[in-house]
Amino acid sequence: MIALLTRDLRLAIRAGGGFGLGLAFFLILAVLVPLGVGPEPAVLAAIAPGVLWVGALLACLLSLDRIFALDWEDGSLDLLATAPIPLEGVVTVKAFAHWITTGLPLVLAAPVLGVLLNLPTGAFGWLVVSLLLGTPALSVIGTFGAALTVGLKRGGLLLSLLVLPLYIPTLVFGAELVARGAAGLPTQSALLLLAGITAGSVAILPFASAAVIRINLR
Amino acid sequence: MSVARGGVPLIAGLSLCLTAGQALILRGPNGCGKTTLLRTLAGLQPPLAGEIDLPPDAVAYAAHADGLKATLSVRENLAFWAAVYGGGDVGAAMGRMNLSGLSDRAALNLSAGQKRRLGLARLLVTGRPVWMLDEPTVSLDAASVALFADVVRGHLAAGGMALIATHIDLGLPEAQVLDLTPFKARRPAPGQGGGFDEAFL
Repeated sequence: MIALLTRDLRLAIRAGGGFGLGLAFFLILAVLVPLGVGPEPAVLAAIAPGVLWVGALLACLLSLDRIFALDWEDGSLDLLATAPIPLEGVVTVKAFAHWITTGLPLVLAAPVLGVLLNLPTGAFGWLVVSLLLGTPALSVIGTFGAALTVGLKRGGLLLSLLVLPLYIPTLVFGAELVARGAAGLPTQSALLLLAGITAGSVAILPFASAAVIRINLR
Repeated sequence: MSVARGGVPLIAGLSLCLTAGQALILRGPNGCGKTTLLRTLAGLQPPLAGEIDLPPDAVAYAAHADGLKATLSVRENLAFWAAVYGGGDVGAAMGRMNLSGLSDRAALNLSAGQKRRLGLARLLVTGRPVWMLDEPTVSLDAASVALFADVVRGHLAAGGMALIATHIDLGLPEAQVLDLTPFKARRPAPGQGGGFDEAFL
């Protein structure tokens, strides 16, 4: 499994691996929003939590279809399915690799981009915490969507349509956590719900993804 | 055993048994179900009827596609599969398939035949006793086919087994040949059989 993780990370940083795609998108969004909305600090501060979370979510969505499509195209997915690693392990490692290459850079870049959007000082910590807790759920749910659409040519549109509704709870509670942190309100309920969604997705969805891949490979 | 592809039964009433050191070559016209049979035996899809009695973790499957990563080098590709299967000897496998001189070249810079040799070298690092090979000699030159036949012979001599779907003569006179044509499944009458998929076809 560690071999699979190192291989996926190595592939991601080599030419054409797509590393940094999500990060670049996140960066572009956070730079363009102040230009589009206008430089009014109060307005920017009010929309910053939502914009940063929507940006992170869309950046995650951007690289989802690569999770299994590339392995399916060159035949590795068949070989991985017959390899001694359980398929549940394969999808978990793939989701983890997706999080390291997409989610983790977003978590690290978000505070810097928060400055551009005039995020209130008290909310920076909550922004990092919310993304750290929420982005693993985005990767795991996205892996499930990628498993559903593996084998479809140009399955990206269908993948987005399938995954977006599942992303909404994470988005709602993630942005809510940051907004409450910014306003100095109690954050416990949003924090617990966000963590609960992530824990539930990580516990259940790898089994669903593996089952779906088995059916898709037939 | 019976197998089906896309809801269409292809092979029916087939029964086969492999013992240690034995190779079986599957022949038959295009579309007769060679690939489907191998995928079923490798565990990628369930049989339509009948049962497969294989020890767990016995099969190394090699499909039409080699499963190579274009941006990884020959050695990295093999080392990944060796690690997945619990550590085969990468250097020896490269030597056996005449890849030692290419070990640091990225897979995207290999010729079709060299890629195929790399795909077949993967079998050597799996350490699995039963090889299931789907058209293993596509794009190999005569010398490489002979090299591959030697590798298969060595695998059989070590007590391994091989099930090979191919159209050309591999130079393995000791291998038995099974023609799949007599096992062709009759298409079921509309509305009969087909099970769950019937409603969607």
